[in-house]
Amino acid sequence: MSTAAGTPATPAATTPAGQLSIPESRITGGRLRDDFRGMNVVWRRELIRFARNRVRIITALVQPVLFLFVLGTGLSPVLKGGPHGFDFKTFLFPGILGMTVLFTAMFSAISIVWDREFGFMREMLVAPVRRSALVVGKCAGGATVATLQGAIIIVLAGLVGVPYSPTLILTLLGEMALTAFGVTALGVLIAARMSQVESFQFVMQLLVLPMFFLSGAVFPLADLPQWLAVLTRLDPLSYAIAPMRTAVFEHIQVAPSLLKTLEPAITWDGWRVPLGLELGLIAAAGIGLLVAAVAQFSRPE
Amino acid sequence: MGSPPPSTVSFSVTSNPQMAGPRTDNSAIEVIDLYKRYGDLAAVQGISLIVAPGETFGFLGPNGAGKSTTIKMLCTLVVPTSGTAHVAGYDVVTERNEVRRRIGLVFQDTTLDDYLTAEENLRFHADLYGVPRVAVKIRLQQVMEMVGLWDRRKSEVKTFSGGMKRRLEIGRGLLHAPRVLFLDEPTVGLDPQTRSHIWNYIHGLRKREDITIFLTTHYMDEAENCDRIAIIDNGQIVAVDTPEALKASIGKDRVEIQTDNNIDAIAALKDRFGLDATESEGAITFHVNGGEQFVPLLFSEFLIPIRSVRVARPTLDDVFMNYTGRTIRDAEASAGERMSTNPWMRARNRR
Repeated sequence: MSTAAGTPATPAATTPAGQLSIPESRITGGRLRDDFRGMNVVWRRELIRFARNRVRIITALVQPVLFLFVLGTGLSPVLKGGPHGFDFKTFLFPGILGMTVLFTAMFSAISIVWDREFGFMREMLVAPVRRSALVVGKCAGGATVATLQGAIIIVLAGLVGVPYSPTLILTLLGEMALTAFGVTALGVLIAARMSQVESFQFVMQLLVLPMFFLSGAVFPLADLPQWLAVLTRLDPLSYAIAPMRTAVFEHIQVAPSLLKTLEPAITWDGWRVPLGLELGLIAAAGIGLLVAAVAQFSRPE
Repeated sequence: MGSPPPSTVSFSVTSNPQMAGPRTDNSAIEVIDLYKRYGDLAAVQGISLIVAPGETFGFLGPNGAGKSTTIKMLCTLVVPTSGTAHVAGYDVVTERNEVRRRIGLVFQDTTLDDYLTAEENLRFHADLYGVPRVAVKIRLQQVMEMVGLWDRRKSEVKTFSGGMKRRLEIGRGLLHAPRVLFLDEPTVGLDPQTRSHIWNYIHGLRKREDITIFLTTHYMDEAENCDRIAIIDNGQIVAVDTPEALKASIGKDRVEIQTDNNIDAIAALKDRFGLDATESEGAITFHVNGGEQFVPLLFSEFLIPIRSVRVARPTLDDVFMNYTGRTIRDAEASAGERMSTNPWMRARNRR
């Protein structure tokens, strides 16, 4: 990442011996290069903070583990009636991956609010770097961190009847990364409009929890009452969980009778939404939210 | 009182005759009729000033007077409602990035990343400002040695005391060799000993670096450290000059003496020197030009034995009082009500 080294545009400042000096060559470098540096700093910082904060990684594991092993085990007898028997935890697993990504990415994004008020973000906002670069870096950082946290959950796959197939793991990682990017972009957009740290609770209660519960992370989306069916189809997270569940179901044996109830794909009035469209919707939402977040952050004060 | 025209006489104490910079003949900071309104609140109301290269310029005023808003406009963080400002020769609105490359900013509240080491904080800063790799290594050591933190460079910032954090931030602000360093309340929230340490670093910095310093403070004693100060109140500059000149403009020194016979002494002061003196709590007080020169005269000509003498120069407090009609403490008390900042948030950061 050597930046403008070697191409001094102006001669180095002549300074008397003993005085601190720096070549004026730093006053070069295109805007794109500046932006890349800015993006890179934000992204690397996010990773370093994630890696150093072991307590956060471990506490972030508590909720998924509770859902997977306590809720999953508790609800398993309900599904035992079928001819082959089916572990509800297996069904739950992709939903829990989605949940982990949702919460980690949202937390990482919303941290901008206090980072901007009391932290290093203020320092970055006064640097000669465009704000759009900082926003893109933040989304990339949040996405990476959330995917890594999700990858830790993937380690538990074997305990809930999901095979450690390389293709499955890669598919899940890719889909988690896409989801994480979209969620971070949404979080950054909200954070840009949030002026108080206290508002974080509102975001969690009014947005994140409904998104999670309506996404089909913890129950099948087939055969729902009309009102709930509509709400689940409006939840963008549904289109992120469905591809992950589809991927898991492709790698395990599910009885056809059960598959009707547990149908992983989303249907619109009986029409199965293709996998490509589901992923496309998430990608489009992510890009749209990113553009909105950049616009929101770039407003002059 | 309307704002007086900005003093155009540059007052430079830099020991370095050579001014390296993009436009050596220009002023470091040039502000013309700057306004900033937030809805109904007029935070800054028509500020004009010129700061010469190499000068240490202080912005003195109570909290809420418009100091921070002005510094934010000069640092390109806030867009002025009207008026213009140039820093290091560039316009703060139209040439924002050019300004940003040439300024260092130390915020009132710490903006270090606690989870990163001191060195990582500085390296990220160098990356953000595009300091060439080859220069970073040398420069990093220079600034960290200057603020006395070189041996702590591998420590995470969360292990640092408030004073160490502030020093690190000053070092960070200098890392990209800015032409102008902005210090927003550089010593606020620090204990007196640490405050004086920070000032030692700032003085050392003025000797070693060819740099203009623009700082805000509401501590009168700190404003004394500046080459020139501007007194700001209610978003307007009410006086600009050297601390000495400002105090001199107030006039006479205050002299307090204790004698064996105060009544005779007061009469003698009137007869011999034409001074009106008053007595309170056993001491005689009078005002005279050049108090320190007057005291030897007093001793040689006074027949009544003098037990003690105290000569007090007018302080910047007196200056502030003279220009605004109130003390800085009173001003802060009333300004506190106008401040929109969430007190909980501010308190949180002072940990």
